[in-house]
Amino acid sequence: MKRGMDRAGWMLLLASLPLLLFLSVPLFALILRTSSGDVLSALFDPPVAKAIQLSIVTTLITTGVSVCAGTPLAYLLARRKFVGRTIVDVLIDLPIVLPPSVAGIALLVAFGRRGLFGPALHNLQIDIPFTETAVILAQLFVASPFFIKSAAAGFATVDRDLEQAAAIDGASPTKIFWTVTLPLSLPAVAGGAVMTWARALGEFGATIIFAGNFPGRTQTMPLAIYMGFEIDLKVALTLALILLILSFLTLATVKGLLRRRIALFN
Amino acid sequence: MVDRKILFGLTLILGSMTEGHRMSASQPGPGVELIVFAAASLADAFQAIGSDFESANQEIRIAYNFAGSQQLLQQIVNGASVDVFAPASWKQIDAAVASGQIDSSSVRIFARNRLVIIVPKKNEAGLKSLHDLARPNLKIVLADKAVPVGQYSLEFLDKCSAGGSAEKQFKEDMLRNVVSYEENVRAVLSKVVMGEADAGIVYASDISRDSTHRVDRIDIPDSLNVIANYHISIVKGAKHRDSGRRFVDYILSKKGQATLIQFGFLPAEADSARR
Repeated sequence: MKRGMDRAGWMLLLASLPLLLFLSVPLFALILRTSSGDVLSALFDPPVAKAIQLSIVTTLITTGVSVCAGTPLAYLLARRKFVGRTIVDVLIDLPIVLPPSVAGIALLVAFGRRGLFGPALHNLQIDIPFTETAVILAQLFVASPFFIKSAAAGFATVDRDLEQAAAIDGASPTKIFWTVTLPLSLPAVAGGAVMTWARALGEFGATIIFAGNFPGRTQTMPLAIYMGFEIDLKVALTLALILLILSFLTLATVKGLLRRRIALFN
Repeated sequence: MVDRKILFGLTLILGSMTEGHRMSASQPGPGVELIVFAAASLADAFQAIGSDFESANQEIRIAYNFAGSQQLLQQIVNGASVDVFAPASWKQIDAAVASGQIDSSSVRIFARNRLVIIVPKKNEAGLKSLHDLARPNLKIVLADKAVPVGQYSLEFLDKCSAGGSAEKQFKEDMLRNVVSYEENVRAVLSKVVMGEADAGIVYASDISRDSTHRVDRIDIPDSLNVIANYHISIVKGAKHRDSGRRFVDYILSKKGQATLIQFGFLPAEADSARR
């Protein structure tokens, strides 16, 4: 396992350094500007605590829905050829490339009170804008494509021979999926779920347009940071740091777990 | 199915996104280039005043930087080259004086703005008067207290509740109807125009022109209204003090004031108290 740095390696590192520094220096600046005392006291500040709680709950629901509803779609894309497949593929890419504010406006004209489905929803006594549901829908729209793309790529790399072998042995398609396909593509599936969660956690533009900004109901951490920047810089810095730490720890943990998992398979 | 109101709302939202960063520079001519930093809410009125001023003063060209007042203040404090500063709230003027960027003796009030309640043209909630805003199960949007108009909205509610217990109840009931504290006043307007909210509070100047026929207004009586004063000042490090002074004088002149009124502002009063 000994893999030292050769000459080319050092050259590569040298060439990588500028961008690496640029990406990490602002984050370190953020850490330096915030005192640990501030972070601790802000954690017990009701508006801050509410924003953190709302962010965690909504992003977990978003991730759960993305995984449940996105897995069949990802499998479909990976395993079947059908008319309009390219269009479906592009549709899933769109939310990733569109500015989130466009997503927010689109959601508003679709599910708003005067939107496409507004009257129908109103008859069912469902009002979406300005609610927690709107926060989740905004996150789902913007973030679920990350899971679908990653899971589809994962399913596509699973060797069809292994699945066919299992089928010959009499396993049902459902059983094959759970015992062969999913375990083999787990790194991509789990990685996609984490990316969706992380993107949902940072969601701002679609949320503020579609769900509005109300502390405790629709004001997630990114919204609280943006509003805090105008009023109370300390709160904004503190929340930003908490968001940073939360994201870093989760991404690092999941990447670490996945690496072990991959090592096990190879 | 998408009616014109929604389309209008969309253009408003998109407009408000770019508005904060609108930078309009005239061609650098042979004469003076006067740099004016002004609040985003002044953009339309100042552009009209600017072209009048330029045709009256051929040697002066005005370069505007319209953005949020707080953002402008930060730029000035951090050394931006600027001649004239016109934010939306006295707070940024105070901060600029405190940091030594402007001299308090050069500060003038040049316009005032009042709050107005807006309801969608369809007005499905049937709101007719101020009191109706306290009815249960409405959706009201206000600007966040991070922006001046949001603070003024809360001051207005405080004034409403200054009386007896019945008035206190009004503020509570109305705040219970608030579903969102929007990031800026244009977003409040958009959500009312689109019909997503039953009512909102904006500046009178916000609905003076384009959207007059897209929302209906419920006026707030003078006794309860909060009047925002707009200040203007030459900056200490100004390169073109004389041109700057002429521009300020022009805004305070009859012609300048008439343009501001045309854009929904109230004229400055010589004796108005600073706030």
